[in-house]
Amino acid sequence: MDKMPGWADAVLVPLISLILAAILSALVIIGIGEDPIAAFNLMVEGALMRSSGWGYTLYYATNFIFTGLAVAIAFHARLFNIGGEGQAMIGGLGVALACLYIPWPNWYVALVGATVSAALFGALWALIPAYLQAKRGSHIVITTIMFNFIAAAVLNYVLVNLLRPQGAMDPATARFPEPTHLPTFQEMFSTAAEPMFRGAPANVTFFLALFMCLAVWVLIWRTKLGYEIRAFGESESAARYAGISPVKITVVAMLISGGLAGMMALNTTMGEAERLVMNATEGAGFIGIAVALMGRSHPLGVLLAALLFGFLYQGGAELALWTNIPRELIVVIQALVILFTGALDNMVRMPLEKLFLATRRKA
Amino acid sequence: MDLATLLQVLDSTVRLATPLLLACLAGLFSERAGIFDIGLEGKMLAAAFFSAAIASITRDVWIGLGAGIAASLALSLLHGLASITFRGNQLISGVAINFLAAGLTVLIAQDWFSQGGRTPSLIGAGRFEPIVLPGAEALAGVPLLGPIYAELISGHSILVYVAFAMVPLTWWLLYRTRFGLRLRAVGEAPEAVDTAGISVVGLRFVAVGICGVLCGLAGAYLATALQAGFVKDMTAGRGFIALAALIFAKWRPWYALYACLLFGLLQAVALRYQNIDLGVFVVPVQFMDALPYILTVVILAGFVGKAIPPRAGGEPYVKER
Repeated sequence: MDKMPGWADAVLVPLISLILAAILSALVIIGIGEDPIAAFNLMVEGALMRSSGWGYTLYYATNFIFTGLAVAIAFHARLFNIGGEGQAMIGGLGVALACLYIPWPNWYVALVGATVSAALFGALWALIPAYLQAKRGSHIVITTIMFNFIAAAVLNYVLVNLLRPQGAMDPATARFPEPTHLPTFQEMFSTAAEPMFRGAPANVTFFLALFMCLAVWVLIWRTKLGYEIRAFGESESAARYAGISPVKITVVAMLISGGLAGMMALNTTMGEAERLVMNATEGAGFIGIAVALMGRSHPLGVLLAALLFGFLYQGGAELALWTNIPRELIVVIQALVILFTGALDNMVRMPLEKLFLATRRKA
Repeated sequence: MDLATLLQVLDSTVRLATPLLLACLAGLFSERAGIFDIGLEGKMLAAAFFSAAIASITRDVWIGLGAGIAASLALSLLHGLASITFRGNQLISGVAINFLAAGLTVLIAQDWFSQGGRTPSLIGAGRFEPIVLPGAEALAGVPLLGPIYAELISGHSILVYVAFAMVPLTWWLLYRTRFGLRLRAVGEAPEAVDTAGISVVGLRFVAVGICGVLCGLAGAYLATALQAGFVKDMTAGRGFIALAALIFAKWRPWYALYACLLFGLLQAVALRYQNIDLGVFVVPVQFMDALPYILTVVILAGFVGKAIPPRAGGEPYVKER
């Protein structure tokens, strides 16, 4: 045995990475002359101690579950989809078109329709990079980066020139009609006596995100397609021998990935803004990378990591409100998480493996 | 379009192509040595901030330049540590570096200057001033050539000339020196380099270091020459356009120059004209913005000449036992 136990790989390595990221973040906070412990308390206070704080935390987490799952499923096929941001932007376009131009009778039919539309648009945006990777060998990382920029230009054009209501100044669509309004947590959980989640944007999409976690888990570990995706990711040549088509797996995995990223727009566009604005994604597509890395590409891990990042996002907003620490602190933490759980993985893993081997020899 | 307008557009092409060119050559050194670098953007951004910040504090642009290069170099070494020493995923490391720079620059800017993530405007010796080449004024009266010399060739900051001089220098270094041969070899067949008794790790670190210095120049140019100070996210995707140019150039120095000039021209035209009315239809400004990326995808797709990256690119080297 020259391997460490599975639980250490799945839990200990990400945990140590997270602690390292937290220590460095604390040093950064000390560096700009603030108290990290007070800052952490403030974040907990603002994000977890009130139901409205939870409403924001879960709202952000919903975004990150979708984009995290999107990156995770591509990781299983050993594809690095950096294009979640662009796919989510185009997914938003899908949501907007579905909500604006189809007369939905009520919100749950509208949600189903908009989900299909968002996933379809997102998947379509991932199709070209996927096809180019599968058929022409163009590096998917580069093409998806390029498609993020192209998506931003497309969205800019569509919002400014086509979908902007006449006379409006800001590049955004008209408000979606009333029947497409999704129930927020406030409407769902408040009682006459006790208002809950007041003013928070969390909405019914959160449950859709939870359902997608389950669906992705079933897909990856309980279906033939999931097995093929994992086999392809483990070894392309072995998968080829087993009769698995690399082209099919690359394209299908990317379509699912793009579809999941596109569905993120349901939460921001249909659930919160109720119209499509320019910067609806707010970088969530990139946070998906950190979430998937930290969650070890497992849906449960993605869920936990997404909740953590939801907490960081809401807590970061509180910090920016009450202290001199700008919101960009979250970007730094996000970078450190990606660095330690992704790029410097071996730095954490190697000493840990040695430690396990040493203890085993003694025993 | 008259000559004066044309010269203005070309002049702004040169200015806008300069940071792309420096970053593109930076990426060329790194990727030719087998280290993919999508962190060009972050390194430029860090260099832009630290050059502007230190230049505004010391009122000396040269010290600022040094600080910018140091910041970019530090991120390069981090990239090297992750992707060479610990054999991590080079792409993920690049993503992390981009975010690290995006966050830290604003965080530090806010702490130092409290101006919402920007540095104070640079004045006087805090900026690189345009250099008037000898005879530019005397020759300005000569028809055609005079204005071209005075407007287009003369009157840029020193970093522009450095960037353009880097092209033949890079070519010479890569194709005419022993170091260049080894650098290219380590990106194609590191095991061969190792067999010859040359350190793969050492060579790759040198390449990543050169990449850091060039990105430092690119970022410093943005904040201390093209503009007078740092603003949040001022690189605005230039690192990725440079990456696109690198692929467009198929990882070769002279082609990198042409690609960067082309993308610089696209930026200059988009900046000046917004929507272009061709009579039959209008080319929207968003299309001009997206064109470098679209062209790169077309090139990557291999429909117009195939772009083949260095063979060992992205693969950490593991010594055989």
